[in-house]
Amino acid sequence: MTAPTTLYDKIWDAHVAHEAEDGTCLLYIDRHLVHEVTSPQAFEGLRMAGRKVRAPEKTIAVPDHNVPTTLDRSKGIENEESRIQVEALDKNAADFGIHYYPVSDVRQGIVHIVGPEQGWTLPGMTVVCGDSHTATHGAFGALAHGIGTSEVEHVLATQTLIQKKSKNMKVEITGKLSPGVTAKDITLSVIGKTGTAGGTGYVIEYTGKAIRDLSMEGRMTVCNMAIEGGARAGLIAPDEKTFEYCKGRPHAPKGAAWETAVAYWKTLFSDGDAFFDKVVTIRGEDIAPVVTWGTSPEDVLPITANVPSPNDFDGGKVDAASRSLDYMGLTVGTPLSDIVIDTVFIGSCTNGRIEDLRAAAAILKGKKVKDGMRAMVVPGSGLVRAQAEQEGLADIFKDAGFEWRLAGCSMCLAMNPDQLQPGERCAATSNRNFEGRQGRGGRTHLMSPAMAAAAAVTGKLTDVREMM
Amino acid sequence: MDKFEKLSGIAAPMPLINIDTDMIIPKVFLKTIKRSGLGVNLFDEMRYDRNGAENPDFVLNKPQYRSAEIIVAGDNFGCGSSREHAPWAIKDFGIRCVISTSFADIFYNNCFKNGILPIVLPKDQVRAVMTDAEKGANARIEVDLEAQTVTSSDGDVFHFEIDAFKKHCLLNGLDDISLSLEKSSSIESYEAKIAAERPWV
Ligand code: SF4
Repeated sequence: MTAPTTLYDKIWDAHVAHEAEDGTCLLYIDRHLVHEVTSPQAFEGLRMAGRKVRAPEKTIAVPDHNVPTTLDRSKGIENEESRIQVEALDKNAADFGIHYYPVSDVRQGIVHIVGPEQGWTLPGMTVVCGDSHTATHGAFGALAHGIGTSEVEHVLATQTLIQKKSKNMKVEITGKLSPGVTAKDITLSVIGKTGTAGGTGYVIEYTGKAIRDLSMEGRMTVCNMAIEGGARAGLIAPDEKTFEYCKGRPHAPKGAAWETAVAYWKTLFSDGDAFFDKVVTIRGEDIAPVVTWGTSPEDVLPITANVPSPNDFDGGKVDAASRSLDYMGLTVGTPLSDIVIDTVFIGSCTNGRIEDLRAAAAILKGKKVKDGMRAMVVPGSGLVRAQAEQEGLADIFKDAGFEWRLAGCSMCLAMNPDQLQPGERCAATSNRNFEGRQGRGGRTHLMSPAMAAAAAVTGKLTDVREMM
Repeated sequence: MDKFEKLSGIAAPMPLINIDTDMIIPKVFLKTIKRSGLGVNLFDEMRYDRNGAENPDFVLNKPQYRSAEIIVAGDNFGCGSSREHAPWAIKDFGIRCVISTSFADIFYNNCFKNGILPIVLPKDQVRAVMTDAEKGANARIEVDLEAQTVTSSDGDVFHFEIDAFKKHCLLNGLDDISLSLEKSSSIESYEAKIAAERPWV
């Protein structure tokens, strides 16, 4: 009898192309996603060494970080450096013969939304990208993680990655979520509990009824932020919902190949008695709608709480919390729901999918954003945008006073012109609240799309349950 | 890749925890298509004010730390994005070694590709090295990769762990793409196997 194994063990074992005596492996990569910011130096390295892309048919590129999301793209990209970076990707994709979704293509969008949408991401695969939020693809039961530019070059040249195996960690969310609580609240609450380094050295598998009950969109939101918890990757075992999502996507298998694939995918789960090095369990009922108050994604509290005091913490966190509060301009003891905001950003690879837009629109329907509020929706891909228009969501946003943008990363990291000014305070559905993340001096509170929509209406951080 | 063998240098103390990649190199500098030239913007938002003037309180702006070659930092250094611009900026500034209690995974890997040695030590030892670093130019800290030791200016020796393969590559400045390409036949046979077993991949 073989020893019981985890889902991670199984995917790992199926991808070892070479193992050295010390356990260093060449892990074979099934899908390599590429964007414009972390790839130019890698392609340049290939050129200089006279190397080719080993498996161009497994390599997909799309520009997302730098692209303008304002409505007229025919004018091109104004910022010269951004334009050069996108043009470099245009050229690299053409020169090396990889699949490409240029800015002009309706399928263009954030790489982590485009991959699953086009059926590139499938269960049991290894997926890498020069981007930490590659963890998103773990929602399909794919081993997916971010890599640096040197590793991008390594994968382009060899279709493998030099890796040592991580440890197994299980995060179980039992029971049911209460109304108003979403996948974003799960993933933020987990980081709030384990800290931003709690997952370092591990691959996390998310299990439990509350996870199984999530849609594929929700599962992607949960896995997306595995990296904020320090983990190499997040995983969720594939099930009927996964297969249903993948079926019929442009690059998913068809016909007999589909049947063979599904039969294989059904073997991808952790054995009941498999060993995990670390286990965290949270009751779904105990999760509230949460927001972040500080400048680390672990600075998470229920919306009903007050701004904490640095003295509530210990160790290095005391200084870090006091620096955060200073940066965020917050006073100890203020109810979080009294914090006034001036900007709302709905989008990103965490929450830029159709379900996220539906959740926000459900709150906004028939309402207006607070006077003076700058509010924008940036769909995760051109196809999400088109679907939202078809479903009437775009009109709800526009009627409420939101800007309805084109797809891209936008104000998630503010590399394009969508930025906060110093001191501006934003309710954001993205994944990072680091100092300066959304623009130098800008202040970010992370939350779910429904919570961000509620904040847009009241002009303050708001408990969405009061508006349901 | 650049080698790393030994280093004896000034260490800049940065006791803050969770120093993230946005702090190390803000995104406005990610638009480059080169690897070089990022050193002037290392820790940009902490190092300069809005008008580009130096913030005299920031450690790397203090005269005694301007030529620091080591950073001693709080827990979880390098968390955040996968941007290799972070180690590129660190290296370009002249830092060759970072010492902390823990590093974020991707950042840690990225260091090795750029001839930078990230060293993990237990909390009390990082505190000891930090105290040493606070002495500025009066304290040179020695790092020896072969021996896997950090030696404080007072002669205290701390041993650190490191993966044998990573150590080997760093000591010899090996290009790991060439190393992996030497295993092409393993990659080819793996590809042949999955083409049969999982043709949809
Ligand atoms: S949306 Fe944000 S987190 Fe996601 S890939 Fe873009 S910049 Fe990174």
